[in-house]
Amino acid sequence: MKFRVRSSEFRELKSKSIPLLVRFLIAIVLLLGFLSFAFSTDKWSGVDETVVEKFAKEHGREAREPLINTDQGDLLIFLFLIAGAVGGFAAGYYWRMLVAEKAPKMKGQKQNSRG
Amino acid sequence: MQPNSIFKIQHSKRLLLTLLLAVYCLLFTASNVHAMHLSEGILPLGWAAFWSVIAAPFVAWGLWQMKKIAAVDISFKPLVGLMAAVVFIISCMPIPVPSAGTCSHPCGTGISGILVGPVISILITAAALLMQALFLAHGGLSTWGADIVSMGVMGSFTGFLTFKALRSMKTSMAVAGFMAGLFADWATYFTTSVELASGIRGDLPFMPLFWKILIAFIPTQLPLGLLEGAMTAGMVTLLYKKRPDLLVKMRVIRPEEAL
Repeated sequence: MKFRVRSSEFRELKSKSIPLLVRFLIAIVLLLGFLSFAFSTDKWSGVDETVVEKFAKEHGREAREPLINTDQGDLLIFLFLIAGAVGGFAAGYYWRMLVAEKAPKMKGQKQNSRG
Repeated sequence: MQPNSIFKIQHSKRLLLTLLLAVYCLLFTASNVHAMHLSEGILPLGWAAFWSVIAAPFVAWGLWQMKKIAAVDISFKPLVGLMAAVVFIISCMPIPVPSAGTCSHPCGTGISGILVGPVISILITAAALLMQALFLAHGGLSTWGADIVSMGVMGSFTGFLTFKALRSMKTSMAVAGFMAGLFADWATYFTTSVELASGIRGDLPFMPLFWKILIAFIPTQLPLGLLEGAMTAGMVTLLYKKRPDLLVKMRVIRPEEAL
């Protein structure tokens, strides 16, 4: 007996199974992310510590304190917040200008399928 | 139901999902984070001076070109302002990489190299790195030159040349942007490995230590490079769709390539 699937049925099956698969993959990624957070011993060290400073220390070099040491208590978080707010405002302001404002019509403008 | 309202519902669902993902990331993946850049004192003075000498002419070239372009086109400055803010934020933004259990940051020099050109991108990077070294305990003043060479010079030129080469082979905007971001990120960390290995090796041979450092970067930088590629592709594609005139003006594409 031959097993035949009509193309419309196949398309319907495909349209249902792909979003399910995507959701399943997202769930796995989130679960792995959570597990790696929960069980990692050295949580989220930067590569400056895990690579740069580790190798430098092994070869007798150690990082010195920065000239202006802002890594004291919550001061660094505060400065990151200020820097993020100022930088974010500048980026957002110019981004809006770049992408939200209407582009002027260009000479010789034509349709192009590439890109 | 009107098609417009269906679109609005789908849009708000997507927005809600994005917000939930962002909250998840903040709650479960963010913690005390640090990023890359060579810190103060990591390189011996001789090597720090050597990389500063290498970086200096590129920064001077960037200043000269910036002055030259801005003199004839004042609208160039907003784009440089945007790119400076983007590079500053991106290069001090630590991103947790669950597969490695560590944090690192993308560079942003791929996109700035494509949009404002590699030379002005170096200038932007130098300014961003200086601010970070002075006020955010991120990178150092003595290692400023080395960080400019790895992130600014190598990142910007690799991103720019990859993009140009792929576009000349008729590759799509998204693919060229992705590869440019990916290679700009990897080139930065490749150069950092060279700088670190040459600076700390003492009497030991260079190559074994270089490979050791480069391999140690891979678990974090491999996925992060992919993220930077996706980010670069997204930004280039968005500009291509929304403001192709700007890409023409910046000589990223030719007028006949505009949509």
